[in-house]
Amino acid sequence: MRWLVVIAALTLAGSAAAADGKQVFGRYCASCHGPNGAGSTGQRYGGGAARNQSLQTGMGPSLHGVGALAADFYLRTGYMPLKRNGIQPRRSRLLLGNAQIDALVRYVSSLGKGPAIPHPHPERGNVSEGMVLFRSHCAGCHQIVAEGGYVTNAVPPALGDATPTQVAEAVRIGPYVMPKFSTKAISDEQLDSIIRYVEYANHPDNRGGWSLGNIGPVPEGLVSWFIAGSALLGVCIVIGKRLHG
Amino acid sequence: MARAKDLLLSGLVLVAGRGRRAPRSKAERVVPDYDANPGAETWAIVLLLLSSLCCAGFIVVYAVDRIPHQTQFLGLSLGLALVFFAAALIVTALRLVVTEELVEEYPPQLHAGEVDLIASTVEESGSRLTRRRLFKLALLGAGGGLVTAALTPAASFGPILRIKDYFGTPWTRGRRLVDENNRPYKASDIEEKDFYTAFAEGADKEEAGASVVLVRLPTSSLELPADLQGYDANGIVAYSKICTHAGCAISMYRVPTFAADEPKPALVCPCHYSTFDPASGGTVQFGPAGRPLPMLPLEIDARGFLRAKGNFNGAVGPSWWGVRNRKPSPES
Repeated sequence: MRWLVVIAALTLAGSAAAADGKQVFGRYCASCHGPNGAGSTGQRYGGGAARNQSLQTGMGPSLHGVGALAADFYLRTGYMPLKRNGIQPRRSRLLLGNAQIDALVRYVSSLGKGPAIPHPHPERGNVSEGMVLFRSHCAGCHQIVAEGGYVTNAVPPALGDATPTQVAEAVRIGPYVMPKFSTKAISDEQLDSIIRYVEYANHPDNRGGWSLGNIGPVPEGLVSWFIAGSALLGVCIVIGKRLHG
Repeated sequence: MARAKDLLLSGLVLVAGRGRRAPRSKAERVVPDYDANPGAETWAIVLLLLSSLCCAGFIVVYAVDRIPHQTQFLGLSLGLALVFFAAALIVTALRLVVTEELVEEYPPQLHAGEVDLIASTVEESGSRLTRRRLFKLALLGAGGGLVTAALTPAASFGPILRIKDYFGTPWTRGRRLVDENNRPYKASDIEEKDFYTAFAEGADKEEAGASVVLVRLPTSSLELPADLQGYDANGIVAYSKICTHAGCAISMYRVPTFAADEPKPALVCPCHYSTFDPASGGTVQFGPAGRPLPMLPLEIDARGFLRAKGNFNGAVGPSWWGVRNRKPSPES
């Protein structure tokens, strides 16, 4: 009899947690992603005054089948909740607490069968193989040093703050205008190498001094020409001054 | 060890046995006689010594090889050595080396009539020529001919005379598309929202015409112009990877996760951000490119492999005048 009670309690607790997630969802997500995360392509009634915000219905994709992977990525990077529709989600301060995020991730993954949170093993990867893969798949936008860059109408972010899990998630999702890569295009083993390389690029073997973002000889040359060059010019002028007459 | 002893001994002999300084000659000086400047001399010597010290420091830092921030110390010691050396030289130049400023008048012109003489000599020496203008013309012709002849080999640089090569591409009907490792692409390999670089099977991958970028779009979103109808294979489209502006490789694919709210799919060149729309035949959406990306017609064979259905619809590579009137040709 006792085990029945235990199971009942566990089930209740589980559904309570899911319900909690649903509550958080209703509060922060449903205005764009729709009730039950079905997505919404509804009209927007303009941005504007704070008192009208509750009337505003945004556009948001359906979350059925995106799985814990996407929820974990978007919430733990601060990409979501988005400030307003139509802007690129950026890494920002986390609005939600850890418990709320956990509840939301559970709720979103309960909406439909989807991928689980990945557990990459960068230590199994190979830096040089990772660099080759990063060069062909990622460097076009994120630059070879993972410092981010620019693409028309969007800003590929720098990867300095991305955790290995977040890199693995982003590769599979392709957030915003990033392409997404299936396991056919980039296998999990290759992904390990890519993450290993990203970690290396974030903390390169620095010989010290002013790294200038580690973006290579061009900024270094510019600094030497503009700072050291002008200093030398000043010194030459001082030396060349006549002391007498 | 014996070598070190020899060195030490010879050093001692040099120091101890050096001869008396020869007395200064009393002959008349060429350079004006300034007073000695012992202060500045001391400064220069101290600076030179400091410079040598820094050099020694560099050697020590380099040899020890276990000092934290070694790179910085190496740079610091060598830099200071150079600074002290320069300072010593500056002090020497400004305070110790005797300087003198001399002003002299130009000498009067010695041969005043000579210029006129030369002018009339030149004028008169041409008096035997009766057809001067013809002679000048002939001279000009020969000179110009020589210059032209010397420049003619430069024409092999092209593209003025031999531009056919620039329109040759390895693509012919039935040529398969392969990846970097020469594995042929199947249509099922190409997924939406990802992008792929493909090459003509068996072609030199370095060649401008050989590489294409492959993307798959939903067939409903394709808006190919009338002359490009049928260039796609079930939504898979292929464009030249070489930007039509300055010839960089198109290495960015912008593809929305949520199409309703985000920028449209686009192929973007990282050099100057020329942005091409893959759904409408590679038309330019933004940036300096002046013409659309050349599109390669595709088909899927019975075994599912991607094959070219023909050649690009336009010339591959950066643009120049008249490039729109050219069609690519298969290489011979």
